[in-house]
Amino acid sequence: MGELVNIFIKSAFIENLALSYFLGMCSYLAVSKTVKTAVGLGLAVIFVLAITMPINWVINVWLLGENGIFQTDLTFLRFILFIAVIASMVQLVEMVVEKYSPSLYNSLGIFLPLITVNCAILGGSLFMVSKEYNFSESVAFGIGGGFGWFLAIVAIAAIREKIKYSAVPPALRGLGMAFLLTGLMGMAFMGLMGIDPAAF
Amino acid sequence: MADTAVVEKKQGLTFGKKERKLLTDPLSENNPITVQVLGICSALAVTTGMKNALVMAIAVVFVCIFANVITSSIRKMIPKSVRMIVQLIIIATLVTVVELVLKAYAFESYKQLSVFIGLIITNCIVMGRLEAFAMANRPYESALDGLGNGIGYGIILLIVAFVREFFGKGEIFGAKILGATPDYWLNTSESSIMGWYQPNNLMVLFPSAMFVIAVIIWAHRAWKPQLVDVS
Repeated sequence: MGELVNIFIKSAFIENLALSYFLGMCSYLAVSKTVKTAVGLGLAVIFVLAITMPINWVINVWLLGENGIFQTDLTFLRFILFIAVIASMVQLVEMVVEKYSPSLYNSLGIFLPLITVNCAILGGSLFMVSKEYNFSESVAFGIGGGFGWFLAIVAIAAIREKIKYSAVPPALRGLGMAFLLTGLMGMAFMGLMGIDPAAF
Repeated sequence: MADTAVVEKKQGLTFGKKERKLLTDPLSENNPITVQVLGICSALAVTTGMKNALVMAIAVVFVCIFANVITSSIRKMIPKSVRMIVQLIIIATLVTVVELVLKAYAFESYKQLSVFIGLIITNCIVMGRLEAFAMANRPYESALDGLGNGIGYGIILLIVAFVREFFGKGEIFGAKILGATPDYWLNTSESSIMGWYQPNNLMVLFPSAMFVIAVIIWAHRAWKPQLVDVS
């Protein structure tokens, strides 16, 4: 259990997907103008990461691995299968949420299709492969990574809401400022590298 | 750009003002990174060295062109409801090709780029251009559009990588230029003119990519005020 908490802390703070690997930057910059929408997208990312990560783990090990069903190394099919899983899971999640929780659907609705092309989702699955996590570790990594991404986008959205009232040079307004802020947040998050996850 | 024009002429296709615009627009006025804000995801992490940035840029140009051409040539057969999945599969196939080629011929770069090759799939430039251009235009124009956007992306990538590698490590493409040990071309510890020089280690760390891009955007928008964000 301690090992799982360790991975959660590490993926949420120390190796933050958005701030230290720059994953999901496109939607991170596009949807961080207000806190409300940022929270919606952040929740959807946690949700989809937590679902797709274990599924992709199963596919990678049981279907594509050398000891899987076909007994051959099929890892060159990894990209295609991963992205197909992500696209179809997002579609499925969208349909289920729409049917059973229309209020959640209304708040997440427009963000769900965006998530298919959010690099944080595919990047999470690829990192899981390169770090050779086992099943429960990949679940912890999925939730932790999603949580870290959520934190990053909500924080930048809050800062961007406030910075609207500042006198920023015109050419730096909007996008340029968002980049600078992300860089500063990245530096702040580097301070968390000193955390020893084993202490938890 | 001159090479492209020659190749196109051989195929009997025109290369006029409109086609030139397709190629040059993404280089500045409609740059995928600084104006369209696409493809930042997989870009920033690979800019610590110019060599990796170049490999990444070539890979993205390749994927951009061929994904655009393939999608454009089957655009009338793709049902609207599943077009995203079709596009993703096309891109994923091309990226797999890139990955295998790199694994075979440039194993060093392959190891350093690791997951970021796979992330070309979700690089919004490719997907964005498919949606915005290739689904509505002929393969020839789509190829030019892909080439232009790939190059526009590559240029920014190389600028960022140059700043980070040169000021961070004193190297260009891995060639040692400025440094404090004798194997550097200009040895800063002995030379009296450059004795004050210290490499800026922040440039090697990840936040610097953000700062460099922010400065590029700032300069670009100060130069072309029509791009300034009004919101």
